[in-house]
Amino acid sequence: MDATASTPNTPRILEREPLVLNNRSYSWITNRICGIVENKQPALWWILFVPSVLLTGLMVFCFTYLISTGVGVWGQKQPVAWAWDITNFVFWIGIGHAGTLISAILFLTRQKWRTSVNRAAEAMTIFAVMCAGLFPAFHVGRVWMVWFLAPVPNANSIWQNFKSPLLWDVFAVSTYFSVSLVFWFLGLVPDLATLRDRCRPGLKKLLYGLFSLGWRGGNRHWSHYETAYMLLAGLSTPLVLSVHSVVSFDFATSVVPGWHTTIFPPYFVAGAIFGGFAMVLTLMIPCRRIYGLQDLITPKHIDNMAKIILLTGTIVGYAYCMEIFVAYYSANQFESAAFTMRGLTGPSTWAYYFMFSFNVFAPQLFWYRPFRHNLWVVMFVCMCVNAGMWFERYVIIATSLERHFMPGAWQVYKATWVDKYTFLGTFGFFMMLFLLFLRFLPVIAIGEVKGVLPQSNPHHDDHAEKGIQEEDLMDYPDRHVAKPAAA
Amino acid sequence: MSTTLKRVHGYLAEFDSVHGLYHAAEQVRDAGYSKWDVHSPFPIHGMDAAMGNPRSKLPYLVFCGGLTGTATAFTLETITQTNFWSHIGLGFLEKIIETYPTIVQAKPADIWTIPAFFPIMFELTILFSAFTTLFGLLALIGLPRWNHPLFASKNFPKFSDDGFFVCIEARDPKFSQEGTRALLEKAGGRNIELVEDEI
Repeated sequence: MDATASTPNTPRILEREPLVLNNRSYSWITNRICGIVENKQPALWWILFVPSVLLTGLMVFCFTYLISTGVGVWGQKQPVAWAWDITNFVFWIGIGHAGTLISAILFLTRQKWRTSVNRAAEAMTIFAVMCAGLFPAFHVGRVWMVWFLAPVPNANSIWQNFKSPLLWDVFAVSTYFSVSLVFWFLGLVPDLATLRDRCRPGLKKLLYGLFSLGWRGGNRHWSHYETAYMLLAGLSTPLVLSVHSVVSFDFATSVVPGWHTTIFPPYFVAGAIFGGFAMVLTLMIPCRRIYGLQDLITPKHIDNMAKIILLTGTIVGYAYCMEIFVAYYSANQFESAAFTMRGLTGPSTWAYYFMFSFNVFAPQLFWYRPFRHNLWVVMFVCMCVNAGMWFERYVIIATSLERHFMPGAWQVYKATWVDKYTFLGTFGFFMMLFLLFLRFLPVIAIGEVKGVLPQSNPHHDDHAEKGIQEEDLMDYPDRHVAKPAAA
Repeated sequence: MSTTLKRVHGYLAEFDSVHGLYHAAEQVRDAGYSKWDVHSPFPIHGMDAAMGNPRSKLPYLVFCGGLTGTATAFTLETITQTNFWSHIGLGFLEKIIETYPTIVQAKPADIWTIPAFFPIMFELTILFSAFTTLFGLLALIGLPRWNHPLFASKNFPKFSDDGFFVCIEARDPKFSQEGTRALLEKAGGRNIELVEDEI
């Protein structure tokens, strides 16, 4: 572009990196994304799908065994009454948070790069929350009594205790799931219309037509639609912050040393976003390769997400250090004992060191740009974070309970095979749902990606006629404007 | 061929680019039409101004929905777990449903236990707002709808791929067979067709 040529007295404008590479046209985007749904799936899809279904079967078996035998088949007993199940619950809920961050918070802050990843991330949110919800539901022991969680009175007219953080959690998680589903569905409507308009009459067209609600892309509709989208983004933003805050209240409002800290809400939220972005990248890096989406999910997108992982990982590291400092500075002997045993003398120090190195040290690689652009390094760090965030919840939940107030009650937690296979099974369930999503729904928000192309700006051709003018810079205060070159 | 009665729905014209569509919309707006719309694969920035559309009323609906959620949570929590309603002389409300209040965690049974109710009030506000957003949107745009005359056009399904259309409806008072067509041609429209609806 001639606008980048630097002549004295004219500012040199550094062009932004394009969000879609190789000047792709609208129909290329439609064909490429709809092609994933319309064509036969690659062999790799089946190679992943079959084991996922088998693992889902394993999960169903484990839960059946638990129901038929009793919740004691999991390893928890006093004093560790919350163990892998609540760890897995917080782990999966946290994964979901990146999806809402991408779809809501990055939308409100006008981060246009979100359009390439938001659909998959929102799908991930919904599937992760489904996995999460299983654990507390089965942890109640007699799962057929799980309706006691709903706000209806039981036979003795006793209502739920609305003052309990556990009930807040029920409301927070179910609201989160419902709102995420509404948000996801609303985003899907125009893209389902695209799929509808491309297929031949038949069952597929009927179903896509049914769920696209008769969408016809009129601007009078788009106008309301964009308002609705903005409102949902505005509603989801405080919601996502509240959900993990409420999850952290389950711990923070108790008196257990290692749980009873005011730093928990922001620390949990940052950790959730951190772990969630790692999962988004874990899913999207193979996805873009398998389905040839490199022009839509570009190195720029991966670079941005790596930066968010670096930021949130560092916040999490700060929280870890602050916990240690407060344990020392509060002069509370139980708190400092809890942390001494967590990190130095206790039985589960290995988990603490896994947590620290995976979550705090591994992401520091992302300070260096070539690492953010090397997909193997990015995948390696994401795998570390996925594992590290599970260990974080394990450290908080299990190691605090293992060393309670009463030394006489101290017990080290031992997970049983049911614990392990149930958790493994939820990964299969998650992957199965995600693969089905890839098979039947557009993995990238087609309409939103088209909207961020340069030719989608109604004044795009005006620029071509007269070149970029000074007043255009007012619209883009975030463009980098270099100083005029010396004469 | 067929004896089906048909009614004219309106003129449909295709445009090459967002740029062309935008300027065509400005011309149709300035010609004083009211029953018309532009159809595009994605929302176009600034198109509301080019068409002269008013702002969406949806936020007002959602505000009311949100307040309903807050009130629902407040009522649910206070009726079942406080003596607030009998204190303000509306004790019969607590009698509508049989309750057996439990005092736990040494928290008071009067209205001053309200901070512990905030999380659920917040969550239900969000939940009700989100559902109002979805259903309010559908009500405002008149969807879901199984069919529409525009789908009879062979050309129209391109709107969800890379087609940009203007449709001026026959029920617009300014609509005329020649004048409307001439306007769309002048604005740069291609493939201008008269869309008909079977009745």
